[in-house]
Amino acid sequence: MSDMPLLKVRSLSKFYGNRIGCHDVGFDLWPGEVLAIVGESGSGKTTLLNCLSTRLMPSTGDVQYRMRDGDYRDLYRMSEAERRVLMRTDWGFVHQNPADGLRMTVSAGANVGERLMAVGNRHYGRIRATASEWLSRVEIETDRIDDQPRAFSGGMRQRLQIARNLVTSPRLVFMDEPTGGLDVSVQARLLDLVRGLVSDLGLSAIVVTHDLAVARLLSHRMMVMKGGHVIEHGLTDRVLDDPREPYTQLLVSSILQV
Amino acid sequence: MATPLVVSDVAKSFTMHLRGGLVLPVVANVSFAVASGECVVLGGPSGIGKSSILKMLYGNYAVDAGQILVSHAGRTVDVASADPRTVLEIRRTALGYVSQFLRTVPRVAALDVVAEPLVSRGTAPEEARERAAELLARLNLPRDLWQLPPATFSGGEQQRVNIARGFITDHAVLLLDEPTASLDATNRRVVIDMIEAKKTAGVALLGIFHDEEVREAVADRILDVTAFSPRRSAA
Amino acid sequence: MSAPHTEPVTAPESAGEAELAAYNFAYLDEQTKRMIRRAILKAIAIPGYQVPFASREMPMPYGWGTGGVQVTAAIIGPEDVLKVIDQGADDTTNAVSIRAFFQKVAAVRATTHTADATIIQTRHRIPEHTLKEGQVLVYQVPIPEPLRFLEPRETETRKMHALEEYGLMHVKLYEDIARHGRIATTYAYPVKVHGRYVMDPSPTPKFDNPKMHRSEALQLFGAGREKRIYAVPPHTDVVSLDFEDHPFEVQQFDRPCALCGATHVYLDEVVLDDRGGRMFVCSDTDYCETRQAEGHVGEMLATSEREAAE
Repeated sequence: MSDMPLLKVRSLSKFYGNRIGCHDVGFDLWPGEVLAIVGESGSGKTTLLNCLSTRLMPSTGDVQYRMRDGDYRDLYRMSEAERRVLMRTDWGFVHQNPADGLRMTVSAGANVGERLMAVGNRHYGRIRATASEWLSRVEIETDRIDDQPRAFSGGMRQRLQIARNLVTSPRLVFMDEPTGGLDVSVQARLLDLVRGLVSDLGLSAIVVTHDLAVARLLSHRMMVMKGGHVIEHGLTDRVLDDPREPYTQLLVSSILQV
Repeated sequence: MATPLVVSDVAKSFTMHLRGGLVLPVVANVSFAVASGECVVLGGPSGIGKSSILKMLYGNYAVDAGQILVSHAGRTVDVASADPRTVLEIRRTALGYVSQFLRTVPRVAALDVVAEPLVSRGTAPEEARERAAELLARLNLPRDLWQLPPATFSGGEQQRVNIARGFITDHAVLLLDEPTASLDATNRRVVIDMIEAKKTAGVALLGIFHDEEVREAVADRILDVTAFSPRRSAA
Repeated sequence: MSAPHTEPVTAPESAGEAELAAYNFAYLDEQTKRMIRRAILKAIAIPGYQVPFASREMPMPYGWGTGGVQVTAAIIGPEDVLKVIDQGADDTTNAVSIRAFFQKVAAVRATTHTADATIIQTRHRIPEHTLKEGQVLVYQVPIPEPLRFLEPRETETRKMHALEEYGLMHVKLYEDIARHGRIATTYAYPVKVHGRYVMDPSPTPKFDNPKMHRSEALQLFGAGREKRIYAVPPHTDVVSLDFEDHPFEVQQFDRPCALCGATHVYLDEVVLDDRGGRMFVCSDTDYCETRQAEGHVGEMLATSEREAAE
């Protein structure tokens, strides 16, 4: 385990006019660590995720990211070109709706291969072999490689989106409600798959979810957000088994027990 | 060699915000130590806070006051105040926990559930699975269950998977929360032997055993948790 | 003001000389031509980059070459000799109309001979006769954006050009190979210009792509509806995109032209009857006729000559 954080977030705030998106968020994310951000709709968790992934510019604060060369770079002071390179090589972003993260009109193989081609791979056979390998890794039959995601089920699309993101061996993956909108049985399979990939590849991940079961299964650590503020932060099982804040207690007590 | 586990002046209460901020004191002034090779059993009636103490030691419950000192990588670390990352690291390398219930992960085979703690410490998966197989065999878990996810296992079967998972590592401190609760006499005997082996290996064990036979067999010392009850000290 | 531009013109076709606008040469007003020339200069300065310009209404519908016509109108002078081709032919409706248009509004000389022309406006072909220094090839372009196929947002495609993010172009070629076993794109085949911008060479057959590479002629591209002009200056590298294991290849024809016997040229298929009879002839009519005049005889012509002799 590396003894330097991958991401250092300090005093991050985002305001929409007078409204608070998120306020004064700070934390370190370590290599191999999965952080869950939980809270209800409007709590600011998605705003925070978008700021961290530079899809949105924060109002104040800074985020330092440790590049592959070991140097820290301030994400908001990088050029757009550098950020975009980072986003399609060293990072992944898994959208809740797979259609937002996939090209629905090109084949599964090309969806997975796109990042490889973007970084300069120019050998069709090797690109296809890698795509095929990734499809089987996310449990999609390799004979579907030439099918478009339009012909895939919701769970398959989400797994394809994950493969598309992981093909360049990113070190940090952002996930926005990765299991939202999926059937429970499909969710379980996806969660297990993500969990396995994260630990096999030693990925760091920041997962936004309103589902505490997802947080429990995937994350090491969690932050609870309400009204744009982080109100509780700690080891995932500690927060869920011994919630301290009134709102966290409400959240935890609202889980349906099966 | 430093004492593997030292607990000093630990206090814990629950504040029930959903019930108007009702404060439920659990324990106070908890102080004890467990030496290497020793098995200490927490005693006292149910509801007195025995499980809560184990959970605090494991970092699963937050602590209101006091220190929980564990030897970890040549240093002494206070679990009560350590950051989440350090707590996870301590769990991975120094502090094991066998709970009453197995928290099952979908689709992972029993054998891999057991092998996982070793794999996460860098043991080769094949070697870890071999060790897991030995333990499951010793605990008489039918071989045809090994490749199945434990979610659908009976209570006793899950319990044995859980024990194997907890005992597979060479953690210096092992916390046991009623590991024999749903086991038959044969398997209880196996667990007693496994605990004895851990003691011989110098592991510090702290456990809760309601089963008198097991308690008699393994306990070097019984710590009466009633002494830490805040209600008593307040009275 | 008299029309000084018309003075030196002595071409016999300049029957419209008297009606030529007293104020403007070549249809467009001077301000518009300056605006287009500025766009052209910028396009030449940044090879392959799509320069926006204020495309004007032209007396023809979009899709009939309004972009090419505006570029030609902006660069043409009284001394120029114009050739217009459509699919390689000088005698198709579109080519005839545009040629007539410029003879009317600019009173320039027109030609069908590639070697004689100073400006060649084209739709869908590059002449077979190698272009020389001093010649300008003006392409009519329907959709200038090569990335449009996969990325509908203009804001995004512009950013991709700016940041040289061209992975998507290969996604298109990948899809071709996955679906057809080879790169099946046969026209509008994307190229990289001067090692920087990826460009759509307009719907010319990929057969013509190698002719663009380091051509001595200036190549200008005008898209009227999309309001873009781009250019390839003379002697500029134009490389067709491909994969290492699926390299770029031009179409091969397994027979020579039926009329002039030319090989290594682009052929059109002509259906002769309703019994499956067909022949393959040069798409470039000028090239074919020139060869015939030089005495080259293709299979079909030889047969008909024999029949005539009998």
